[in-house]
Amino acid sequence: MSEVDQDRRKFIGTGAAALAGITIVPGVMLYDVAHGRAPEEAVTNKIRWGMLVDTTKCATGCNDCVTACNKENGLSGGTKETDSQWIRKVELKDLRGGLIHSLPMMCQHCEEPPCVDVCPTGASFKRADGIVLVDRHICIGCRYCMMACPYKARSFVHEELTTQVPDVPRGKGCVESCTFCVQRVDKGQTTACVEACSNAGHNALLFGDLNDANSEISKRIATVATKEVRADLGLNTGVRYQGI
Amino acid sequence: MTSLTKLLTWKLGVVIGALLMVSAVAIASSDDDEAPSGRTPKPVIEHGKGDKCVEDEAYMRRNHMKLLMHQRDNTVHNGIRTTKYSLKQCIDCHASQKTGSVIASDENFCVSCHTYAAVKIDCFECHSGKPKAAAAPAAAYFHPIVAPSAKDNQAPANHGLVFGTRPQMAAGSVGITSAGASK
Repeated sequence: MSEVDQDRRKFIGTGAAALAGITIVPGVMLYDVAHGRAPEEAVTNKIRWGMLVDTTKCATGCNDCVTACNKENGLSGGTKETDSQWIRKVELKDLRGGLIHSLPMMCQHCEEPPCVDVCPTGASFKRADGIVLVDRHICIGCRYCMMACPYKARSFVHEELTTQVPDVPRGKGCVESCTFCVQRVDKGQTTACVEACSNAGHNALLFGDLNDANSEISKRIATVATKEVRADLGLNTGVRYQGI
Repeated sequence: MTSLTKLLTWKLGVVIGALLMVSAVAIASSDDDEAPSGRTPKPVIEHGKGDKCVEDEAYMRRNHMKLLMHQRDNTVHNGIRTTKYSLKQCIDCHASQKTGSVIASDENFCVSCHTYAAVKIDCFECHSGKPKAAAAPAAAYFHPIVAPSAKDNQAPANHGLVFGTRPQMAAGSVGITSAGASK
């Protein structure tokens, strides 16, 4: 009689433990935890964020990624030399064959970023997960990083701003550039440009973890020929281009 | 020559007298304006959403800048986005009911105190003084006291901060904190 009770107890105990494993807190499931990061958890170098641009799908004349970026980050959308542009559409034409490629150009989130090398204050830095950022609290606006960047990815804010988005503080006297929408990535979302591109049905942009062999971006890079822009500089960029 | 000097002195006396009278009247009238708030002007403190702040009021008055500084580095460099000490969360609660901002008018939360204390803040040269439009999920809008996340709740006694204070400052803050706690 007592043996039967013991077995029953064990069974119930194991069942309860299994249940507790699946559901940590009501509404928070294990499969979600594996995807995102808890707010109090610091970023680690286990992840390296990267982007793949498929120039064969990127539509000429489409500007959706730029518009989405401007909206998400509160940029004016102006294209003057003094306006901030975090992402630009570039058209490449093969002069012999006449083929036109359209592609977005932005901060390439290098593994060895020249902007970080030259920064005299440590404001330009690479986060553990590979996102290259400017700490505007430390930036003195010297613009060395703008000169060092081979991709012309950084902009300087020349005038006082009043239209900042709460998630993206930015202001006069600081250098800034694409942040891979860090405020979204920290919440487990993808970047605004990638979202806009897939909403437009082009699916030319793919964002993901380059360190995870099972991520879609890693699989694509392993199977399709992709290029770094100015690979000769040996910067190991986080943004790669397919079809150029 | 002497009569001219006399005349000048006389005229000068009248002018000075008139000026004194005008300034006396001005001082009297300004005294009248300030009479309702007592002898000492006080900052306007607009009450935010919720019953209480993330820490004791006295502690926050003295140390909010340290909490914000600590949180800012954690957020920018380590991607830690807990809401308890984040500037965004401060703004969410303390934005004025009238202007929807903490900086739009002289009576708004941040400005009124900082004007009173004559301390210039440059947070809002970059940061928006308004909370994000209510597009986010409702859960994100709970005050941290109402729905604290597990980690936020277990804040250590030193509020997760390691900062050096001069002995006299520390003594002063202890005095104020205990006074705040006793009331």
